[in-house]
Amino acid sequence: MTSLAPPAPRGRTTTSAQGGRSGSVAWLAAPAFLMFLAFAVVPLIGVLVLSFTQWDGIGDIHAAGFDSWRSVLSDPGLVHALWVTFLIMALSWAFQTPLSLLIGVYLAAQSRYREILAVIYFVPLLLSSAALAITYKALLDPNFGLGAGLGIPLLQQDWLGRDNLALGVLVFVVSWQFIPFHSLIYQSAVRQIPKTMFEASEIDGAGRLRQFFSITLPQLKYTVITSSTLMVVGSLTFFDLIFVLTGGGPGDATRALALDMYKRGFQASLMGPASAIAVILVLVGLGLALLLRRIGGRDATESQMEGV
Amino acid sequence: MERSILSRRNFLGLSMGAAAGVALAGCGSSGPGTSTGGGSSAGSASYWFLTGAPGEGIRTNTVNRFNQANPNSKITATTFQNDAYKTKIKTAIGAGQAPSIIWGWGGGTLRTYAQAGQVEDLTSWFGENAAVKDRLFPSSFGAATIDGKIYAMPAETVQPIVLFYNKRAFEKIGAEPPQTWGDVMDLVPKFNAKNIAPFSLGGQSRWTNMMWLEFLFDRLGGSEVFQAVFDGQKDAWSNPASIQALTMVQDLVKANGFIKGFSSITADSNADQALLYTGKAAMMLHGTWTYGGMAADGGDFVSSGSLGYMNFPPIDGGKGDVSDTVGNPGQYYSISSKATAEQKETAKKFFKEAVLADAEVKEWVDAGAVPIVKGTESAFGASKDADFLKFVYNTSANAKTFAQSWDQALSPTAAEKLLDNIAQLFQLKISPEKWAENMNGVIGQ
Repeated sequence: MTSLAPPAPRGRTTTSAQGGRSGSVAWLAAPAFLMFLAFAVVPLIGVLVLSFTQWDGIGDIHAAGFDSWRSVLSDPGLVHALWVTFLIMALSWAFQTPLSLLIGVYLAAQSRYREILAVIYFVPLLLSSAALAITYKALLDPNFGLGAGLGIPLLQQDWLGRDNLALGVLVFVVSWQFIPFHSLIYQSAVRQIPKTMFEASEIDGAGRLRQFFSITLPQLKYTVITSSTLMVVGSLTFFDLIFVLTGGGPGDATRALALDMYKRGFQASLMGPASAIAVILVLVGLGLALLLRRIGGRDATESQMEGV
Repeated sequence: MERSILSRRNFLGLSMGAAAGVALAGCGSSGPGTSTGGGSSAGSASYWFLTGAPGEGIRTNTVNRFNQANPNSKITATTFQNDAYKTKIKTAIGAGQAPSIIWGWGGGTLRTYAQAGQVEDLTSWFGENAAVKDRLFPSSFGAATIDGKIYAMPAETVQPIVLFYNKRAFEKIGAEPPQTWGDVMDLVPKFNAKNIAPFSLGGQSRWTNMMWLEFLFDRLGGSEVFQAVFDGQKDAWSNPASIQALTMVQDLVKANGFIKGFSSITADSNADQALLYTGKAAMMLHGTWTYGGMAADGGDFVSSGSLGYMNFPPIDGGKGDVSDTVGNPGQYYSISSKATAEQKETAKKFFKEAVLADAEVKEWVDAGAVPIVKGTESAFGASKDADFLKFVYNTSANAKTFAQSWDQALSPTAAEKLLDNIAQLFQLKISPEKWAENMNGVIGQ
């Protein structure tokens, strides 16, 4: 799917005389497969089963047929949660991609001060989402926050108390946290573009802008897809940040799917409907990942280096 | 290719890990630090409770005193932060990993434990140990009693919700604290004109908004209105008094009665208290547990006597009793039915000998709280907070009805729906009628 990993050498010489190489490879995959089985497949089956039951998390589990599914699918809250999830996904993608692309290209150049900048710029990624949320919450407090402290009326908004503002704040904090990561991906990808391409274009008289659009951007196609997949699928799992920053509020303005699931399951003790939402979340995630693969083109191993 | 597989696997792990918390909880090991201390005897009981001063220190001291007096049947304590605990204890009980002693709030949550047979019925134990029962406030047993049986030992302190006010703010506008709801609405424009918010409110926490409805419902229609909801009567939320109360609270929001941006403020950060003691807000409806925080953080605000407090004022033409109050009638300690016989014995011994023993009562009074033990007024005299303690004691002891907070009294399912709708009501996103309709849908759940 991406051009980052070089295609594995297909030489036949590596097949050794003693026994099948495939056997040893299967053994190597076993630990990962076991982890995957224990922590992804088994719980998923458990959740699927739970979604057809009625359980308050404490008492006995009763079979309930499609009750949970019916209540979840007929609840306008689900459509709203899906919409909020989609908004967060789309907005944070639209905000992060251009910025991290530009920063990545900028940092890719070989000069010392940029290297130092890159290191400093990486810091937000080292902070936990919960800590970030608490910090931003304090900074944005309308009475004791940054705006009130500095006396700047523009910053003295009801940041987490208005629907659109709260969503905007969320997208901003998410981007602030993850742009460094995506910039790093772009930085390394830009560095892998052969210099000869730029040199050749320079001889042909291309300017910086032309180089960017005609060489850098096309060469980064698969990196963009990788980074987008990470952003889009990752945004489905935003929970900690929203939970601490807004708690899904104001009202239900920022109640994304993952948060809705938690609230139903652990706060309202409706494990059946919560499991149904969890299944929906998994399906949406899988669907998105597949979709992005499709967009990326069928043959991901196709070379971009033709003629070089 | 490697990367794409990794990303999907990551995603699967993440989403399902979160999704399957439900299922995983079942397989999860026991909570953090619940080791019963290796070599200790079989009678060793575990006990989980909340962090946060002053309660944490007092609870720990009580456990230590008990352990010193009973070297053969120790209690091992583990502490949790409030919100984390609420989820943790539920999962632990569901998974059969509950501590021997379950610290809780009584009411609706206790009902779910009792119905699932997860907590011991203590009715006969209280019958045998009448002395333990008789020294506690009778009103504290309401939230411990499910269908006529007592499932928890009431403990710790009584915490009614009262109307706090900043005397300095009232001096600024030359007004007196409100005697009726009419006064409240008259004060709103006066404070706003001086750039003082009439009421502080940590609206993001949602239960803070709920306290307003609890009092307005009671003052307008009496304690019967919520009782009907609690008893599961059909359409009980559509009572005319409740529609009127909901309209009144929206009127107060529209009149800018609450501080600007209240939906961005949380109660956990104590920002709502800070608004009151810094004089940015004039009044605050809040639990008496905030007194200690305001005394500690508010400089000389409390010690100089600038903090005023009163019961919620009556509403003209309302049917409710002026003495009624709402809040936490106590904390509730239950015994897990999954504990061993020795652990249960230890827990009962702990309830009888250590909980609210004289030493603990003294510590609570020193911390500015009123334990649910009868006749502690005499101990207040020595305290620097004597006036406040007497006020809390009298408010609690003289209340015709001491209602439990709604979100504690109702089942978790109904409580979550309630908090959700309350937040939207305060945001003026839904009308009182729509609110009542939404809430009628979860009555009896």
